[in-house]
Amino acid sequence: MTARLPAALAALVLLLLLPLALRDYFLHIAVQVLLWGFIYTAWSMMGRFGLVSLGHGAFLGIGGYVPALLWNHYDLTPWLGIPLSVLLAALLALVVGYPATRMRVVGHYYALVTLALSQVVLLSMIALRDMTGGSLGMTPRSAGRASWYALQFPEKSEFYFLALALWLAGLALWLWLERSMGSKALEAINEDEGAAAAIGIDVMREKLRVTLISAGLTALGGGAYVQYLMYVNPETVSGVGVSLQIVFAAIAGGMYSLLGPTIGALLTIVLAEGLRVAFGTHFIGAANTIYGVLLVLFIIFMPRGIAGLVEGLLARPGRPAAAE
Amino acid sequence: MLTVTDVSAGYGSFQALFGVSLAVAAGEAVAVIGANGAGKTTLMRVISGLLPASGGGFALDGRALEALPAHRIVAAGIAHVPENRRLFPRLTVEENLRMGAFIPAARKHFAERLAWVYELFPRLLDRRRQPAGTLSGGEQQMCAIGRALMSKPKLLLMDEPSAGLAPLVVEQVFNLVRRIRAEGFTVLIVEQNVQQVLDIADRAYLLDRGRIRLSGAAGELARNEEIRQAYMGI
Repeated sequence: MTARLPAALAALVLLLLLPLALRDYFLHIAVQVLLWGFIYTAWSMMGRFGLVSLGHGAFLGIGGYVPALLWNHYDLTPWLGIPLSVLLAALLALVVGYPATRMRVVGHYYALVTLALSQVVLLSMIALRDMTGGSLGMTPRSAGRASWYALQFPEKSEFYFLALALWLAGLALWLWLERSMGSKALEAINEDEGAAAAIGIDVMREKLRVTLISAGLTALGGGAYVQYLMYVNPETVSGVGVSLQIVFAAIAGGMYSLLGPTIGALLTIVLAEGLRVAFGTHFIGAANTIYGVLLVLFIIFMPRGIAGLVEGLLARPGRPAAAE
Repeated sequence: MLTVTDVSAGYGSFQALFGVSLAVAAGEAVAVIGANGAGKTTLMRVISGLLPASGGGFALDGRALEALPAHRIVAAGIAHVPENRRLFPRLTVEENLRMGAFIPAARKHFAERLAWVYELFPRLLDRRRQPAGTLSGGEQQMCAIGRALMSKPKLLLMDEPSAGLAPLVVEQVFNLVRRIRAEGFTVLIVEQNVQQVLDIADRAYLLDRGRIRLSGAAGELARNEEIRQAYMGI
């Protein structure tokens, strides 16, 4: 335990020095890992309690589109646009989550409701073609230079620090939630919802609170992602593929651990990039197939993810981690 | 203290309770006895707010509670020890107890209540860092009772506390119930283990296929020929 703080500080220093050592391409990957790591962390905040959302693309889409639309059409700075999109995502989570929780929609049905939600957002983006550019996507109007007001930083290294700060904030929030009473209550709810209600836990409030936090943070991640790429299209933020990728990566990395979702981001992005580079334009689809097969294997053989496996090995040195 | 008036309830098209009325006075231990499927657990689920009544109502100290969700019924002063204990198996004993004090009014007094529950059940203190799922049957029942007591209820509902336990442990559990009574708690207990529960209760109701068929002092029911034959096998 005592070795933890120095280790964390050393890691932080390394992360801060990283832009000096990396070429642009690798810095690009690092930024992606940080941003997706943040988004996966946000998803895991609820996913780890059995609230498996297959529709976080809905919140990602709101976070991606709303600030860009407000900037392009109303000249509203992302400093206001992003918080607004966060509120909007939380509101959407409330509108869908309230009846779902009230009517005790859980498990597979809950997953399907969320999946449908992401499709509604996706189709809305496409339908609002005049404003959003439809399936072709849109580009936030460029400020032409690094600008805090526009939250645009053409230099990757500048954006890297922003992504790092966001990611760290996500981890801090995770730790704070982990220590709150609500987190234990959610664990209790996940184990036995009826018993939890019977001893005085307000099941609905606890579930909705974590859902709103997760949705809001996901929108925040979506906003940052679009400010970084300076481009957004419906499929890349709200497609089924994205929503599923969030789930797979968080589970593969380990949704029960602080760094699990980030490990998931590292794994999926490095894997996807590596396969893309390895296969190039040969065997179109082979990269995706291998990627898919690997994820399936991960989920079957490591339900607690890579982070869970490592923690198991550390907790019981010399013995293999027990399968859960 | 608790008055249940003409409560009907069921699951979908299946009706399990037909106009059940009963009363529990402060300081009393009242038993509801009956066979498997008589509606005992359904009655408990209605009073703890887990299942809405389709008719009738119930009140604690004159305050109508039937429209409240479960967590607010706990806040009003009724705690439920569910059938089969239903602890949170991966949480530790202490975390389970902590969850029992989740309602805001109890959270403030968490430390003092915890000390009191540990005093009542020293065994739980020894096991406090252990996942609740690893406790023995009797210890689990202690933990479930302790968890319910953490909210310092006026009325404790106990649903089949002896279910699934070995005879020796059943005896221990009934001793626990005696101690809870001695602490001054009002208890409404549902049991299939008729002989033993009539031993510790003041009064009892016989629930038969969703209706109250008999009621009276526990000693009286224990001597009732019909009950002896049908429920005690004597």
